[in-house]
Amino acid sequence: MYTGTDNGFPKRWDVLVIGAGNAGLCAAITAAEAGCSVIVLDAAPRDMRGGNTRHTRNLRAMHEAPTDVLTDAYSFEEYFEDLMRVTRGITNRDLASLTLEKSAELTGWLGARGVRFQPALSGTLNLGRTNAFFLGGGRALLNSLCRHAEGLGVVLHYDTEVAEILLDDGFCDGVRLADDSVVLAKKVITTAGGFEANLDWLAEGWGEAAKNFLVRGTPWNTGTVLKSLLDQGVKPVGALDQCHAVAIDARAPKYDGGIASRIDGVPFGIVLNRDAERFYDEGEDFWPKRYAIWGRLVAAQPDQVGYAILDSIGVTRFMPSVFTPIRDDSIEGLAGQLGLDPAATRQAVDLFNAACPEGPIDQSVLDGKATTGLVPDKTNWAAPIAVPPFYGFPLRPGITFTYMGVEVNDSAQILMADGKPSANLFAAGEIMAGNVLGQGYLAGIGMTIGAVFGRIAGAEAARRLNR
Amino acid sequence: MDDVSLIDMARTPAHEETARIMQICNACRYCEGFCAVFPAMERRRLFDVGDTAQLANLCHHCGACYHACQYAPPHEFAVNVPLTLAERRAETWAQYAWPGALSGLFSQNGLSVVMIITAALALAVGLMLAMISPQLFWGVHVGEGAFYVLMPHMVMAGIPMAITAFTITAFVMGWRRYWRATGARWGGWPALADAITATATMRNLGGDNAGDGAGCPGPDDRNSLARRHYHHATFYGFMLCFASTSTGTLYHYLLGREAPYGYFELPVVLGTVGGIMLCVGTAGLWREKRRMEPAVRPLSKLGMDYAFIWLLFWVSASGLVLLALRETGLMGLTLAIHLGLVYGFFLVLPFSKFVHGLYRFAALLADAGEARRSAV
Repeated sequence: MYTGTDNGFPKRWDVLVIGAGNAGLCAAITAAEAGCSVIVLDAAPRDMRGGNTRHTRNLRAMHEAPTDVLTDAYSFEEYFEDLMRVTRGITNRDLASLTLEKSAELTGWLGARGVRFQPALSGTLNLGRTNAFFLGGGRALLNSLCRHAEGLGVVLHYDTEVAEILLDDGFCDGVRLADDSVVLAKKVITTAGGFEANLDWLAEGWGEAAKNFLVRGTPWNTGTVLKSLLDQGVKPVGALDQCHAVAIDARAPKYDGGIASRIDGVPFGIVLNRDAERFYDEGEDFWPKRYAIWGRLVAAQPDQVGYAILDSIGVTRFMPSVFTPIRDDSIEGLAGQLGLDPAATRQAVDLFNAACPEGPIDQSVLDGKATTGLVPDKTNWAAPIAVPPFYGFPLRPGITFTYMGVEVNDSAQILMADGKPSANLFAAGEIMAGNVLGQGYLAGIGMTIGAVFGRIAGAEAARRLNR
Repeated sequence: MDDVSLIDMARTPAHEETARIMQICNACRYCEGFCAVFPAMERRRLFDVGDTAQLANLCHHCGACYHACQYAPPHEFAVNVPLTLAERRAETWAQYAWPGALSGLFSQNGLSVVMIITAALALAVGLMLAMISPQLFWGVHVGEGAFYVLMPHMVMAGIPMAITAFTITAFVMGWRRYWRATGARWGGWPALADAITATATMRNLGGDNAGDGAGCPGPDDRNSLARRHYHHATFYGFMLCFASTSTGTLYHYLLGREAPYGYFELPVVLGTVGGIMLCVGTAGLWREKRRMEPAVRPLSKLGMDYAFIWLLFWVSASGLVLLALRETGLMGLTLAIHLGLVYGFFLVLPFSKFVHGLYRFAALLADAGEARRSAV
């Protein structure tokens, strides 16, 4: 239906964008503003459009002075240091610098296209300096950008899954859809996300453990487009097993649980594995700096499961959870409800309690209230789990997004295996985020990469049309 | 004197659904920039019946959080905050209604309102036709005291006074019940000032909290301030009509001058401007209600909304018609219709959509106190 001229659509679109998320819409809008005919294909139904953008909340933006949506200043140097710290240097420095420099324009550019931000100095998280928060979150951003794109004449198709990129010697003719029809285009921008919803593919990196992962992100990120590109000799970037994974409530849905499935209680209790053993320092650092490693930690445990155990004081120290914690008046009773061995759990709690220091903890600082003599020790906020009732959360690794993708240059052109850029194939967003984010995670940088490279891809595609 | 535990502690399905959804929202919090509901939610960890009642009555039902929600249907969490709070809200009005024996009027409220108004209208027109000779009723009367040729001032003003005494008692009792059931506390004069400002500006309906004042999403998810503007027209139009009646009363008793007053005298100017604002405002609100996103419209409550909107419209329109025809032979009939509608309006007030104003203000006042205490 998209190939013909009978329904008023062009036979060959100027620009075809795969994915109606943040990156895809930034690309589509930029290209449409430059006068291109643009079609956007999204695999999800309209209500679930936009990939993982629906689950996002903010973007990280450099700024030299306070703005209406960001406090204080966040310099290029500080941003770059933060990125180097979390990635341990696994990044393309040129593309990283480009991302950070261009991040300064984003709130203004998006704001001019209908995206609303929360005013600076409001909000739950203490990120008002580095991150600009979308009013209502990522889905509200999608609504605004889709509306704006439609106003520019961009054609949006939902429930339209791309099965194959038609690639010939680095030149892309268009795409083949899941229903076997073909859409032709002069330039193709793929913003099709990662493959976190493809557990079989994840298993290639993680082994059978992947089957026990919960997918926090969209179920439509199956990696079909990425696979099609890699199969046709596009240069990959990033490691297969690198992803953003946090410890989430094991009762969360298999797919699409999003932000609400997270558990913030780990620093205020202990976490046991299936065999009722502690396995990592729960109080290593503030939770916002540690939550992103706990997915991997739980994934490394037997059966990929963990159990956070707290008492009635600890349970009040963090944001409420989407699922009511499991509760019991005794440790043994709680263990029984969680499926843990009661005696072993009792022993683990007693051992921990006996190793705790005297005096109250202070959760507003790294208080140094550490256990002594445990393996591993808990190095901050160690308070006995002593005041009933007791609470437990079962934990699973929750994968949000993957890092392996396609390599691009500073024009967002996809590179072929020989390192030469494709003539007319571009990428933005999660599918190329691994160029900048080789490992680790910095809150809000995914949206920054998507918006920056989406804009670059849209502009470069339009510029190269030679119309 | 009230046994609150009997009135409102029922864990109804609407309460349970509100509590379920608020637990999800409280773990997400993406909507916290929209309005007062979400910061109020964040101050709570558990959602008992008083909490769901308070949150429900804080909600202005704009729909922004539904459009923004990553967990809205078809997601399996099936979060629909505006619809759920609307249903809980309507339920609380029946629960806190005084006298409780009449709270059944809130179910099938559209029908109840229409029947009461029809009865009042029939009574007014019927009684005037029966008690006044046709020559007088259909005659032309001009000049001071023209209205009272048909109906003595004592009667015309006495009936609404009696009705108003009942209405005010019902409001006071409803407010008390709400205040106790939600565990609200007086937050001091600054909190009262906050609540009055929030009411006067309707800052929770239209994105002022986002700092851009761009409005709330309509059915096409396009931001619009239309509902706030129409509500302002309705609210301030109502206030002008109230001022018109009050100045008329002062004219009557202080200046010793009897209605009808000249077209450019204060009571008539206030009433005319107010009446036109009410007509425009209510017609606009009706249009906006019909345009509302279907997914967030509580079908069971639409009758209540429409009945009240149209009642306000016709009360105002009949007043304007009376103004236009008061020097013709139709003055008697239009006066009877207008009085019937006005008397019926005041009678039905405590059992109509009007109470949203009472409980919204109570919720805003309680919330302002809460916010100030938590900020300390």
